[in-house]
Amino acid sequence: MSQQTTRFGSLEHYAKGGVEVINDDARNYVFSNVFEVASRAKPFEKVAVGKNIEYVIEAIRADGTSGWRAPAQDEFALVMDGEVEIRLLKLAEPGVVPAGTKGSVALPGMPPGRKMGVVRARRGHMTLLPVGAAYQFHAAQPGVILLQTLAGADTVERWADICQTTPRPQA
Amino acid sequence: MSRATDVVPEIGSIEPNRHGYRGFTLGSFGFNRDEYFAHVTWPKGRHMLPVDAFLRALQRDIAWGFFYGIVNFDPVVGTINHYGSVDLFAGRFNDHYRRAGLDHIERFQTPLIQRVFEAMLEDWTNAGFDPFASPQETGSAFGPKNGGNKEAITRHRVTARRMIGAPGDEPRRSDDNGFPINRHFLDVPQDEPAVRAEPGFEDEVVSFNLFAYLSRSDVTWNPSIVSVCKASLYCPTTEEYILPVIHGNDRVEWFVQLSDEIQWEVEDRETGAVRARVTMKAGDVAAMPADIRHRGFSPKRSMLLVWENASPELPGLYASGKMSPTPVQF
Repeated sequence: MSQQTTRFGSLEHYAKGGVEVINDDARNYVFSNVFEVASRAKPFEKVAVGKNIEYVIEAIRADGTSGWRAPAQDEFALVMDGEVEIRLLKLAEPGVVPAGTKGSVALPGMPPGRKMGVVRARRGHMTLLPVGAAYQFHAAQPGVILLQTLAGADTVERWADICQTTPRPQA
Repeated sequence: MSRATDVVPEIGSIEPNRHGYRGFTLGSFGFNRDEYFAHVTWPKGRHMLPVDAFLRALQRDIAWGFFYGIVNFDPVVGTINHYGSVDLFAGRFNDHYRRAGLDHIERFQTPLIQRVFEAMLEDWTNAGFDPFASPQETGSAFGPKNGGNKEAITRHRVTARRMIGAPGDEPRRSDDNGFPINRHFLDVPQDEPAVRAEPGFEDEVVSFNLFAYLSRSDVTWNPSIVSVCKASLYCPTTEEYILPVIHGNDRVEWFVQLSDEIQWEVEDRETGAVRARVTMKAGDVAAMPADIRHRGFSPKRSMLLVWENASPELPGLYASGKMSPTPVQF
């Protein structure tokens, strides 16, 4: 038996499927591709590629060093391409995340607190971004993060730009 | 809908049939098997399914706790989860059976139908057949009664409380704990993330290789929870051949294709009329609306992230029309 080749995607190489409509509207499937979305995004822009009521999955182009953010609940960062350093810091003042916040908040610079540690994550690695902490991403080369979180003030929704709207995939 | 039946029947016939298998009843439904087929009867009709397909569907229905919404074993027979009780139906989501008045549905308390289904799966699964495995990785389901395979049908269901690998949570997979790399994923890197935790934060700086974890899955089409963000559940799974059920949604479900390719046939949930075909390649994201049913086809073992919103009020909101069946309008 010949060995099978597993096909992952990347910013440089991805193939896209699509919706073939028989009796429907392609927009009902909100079909996009995380690598395509990230390739057209600004560094660390949080672009929603999935939304389920208040919850979202965001595609993030990791490119350079992000600002610090603090989540209002646990978040999970899955690296889909590249290598990303994730820096974690225990917030000295958890109140920087206002009560009722959904998703995460951007912080003005590095917040006061104790360093928790660093994770170097590559493709397929999933990292906990714990509530009560702040985090910063750093990627020397462009990469892609898929973030499990809630829709927040900085979540970008531009569905008409990223999703298939035609009855057949565009060639 | 009548009140759910909670009378515990005798679990299966005492004497096996001439093929060695016991028969089972649930309300007015009857279940029997021979060497090739499962036979389902109800007051207004009867139906037969290839027994390998029936057992694969039955295995998922049990393992998933009847899952979210509707589990169609095929276009005729299946279950609807009401989260505490379960409807068993024949022809309920088949336009032709409905028009002919041949459909039938009965409600049971979940522990009762679970118990009967488990007994049927155990009795009808022969040694060497693993309903969770891909067809190339298991023996035959057919023939006369030949032992059993309880170990295969009672696997531990992975339900992380926070994240795989977090302290006290579900463990990573390895050769040592019985999860070798699957034959289709031998080329998947097994490197673990470099984690450097400062003293005192060892339990909070947590990361693991999800793709390596999935490459070691010993089952197919079996979403299991790996991370929990309130009611947002990441439920990745590895897929090969055909999804053994046609899943009818009672809420919006999302798919992120992590590797390789799956094609989805999407039909109207109520009638089975075909609506679309969705091809997903690595990195593709798609929603499955709340009013459809879907079945996937995966030519090579692939990694699929199933993303669920487990909020208990959702089925009622969608069913009442208070929520659009599509997650985003644009």
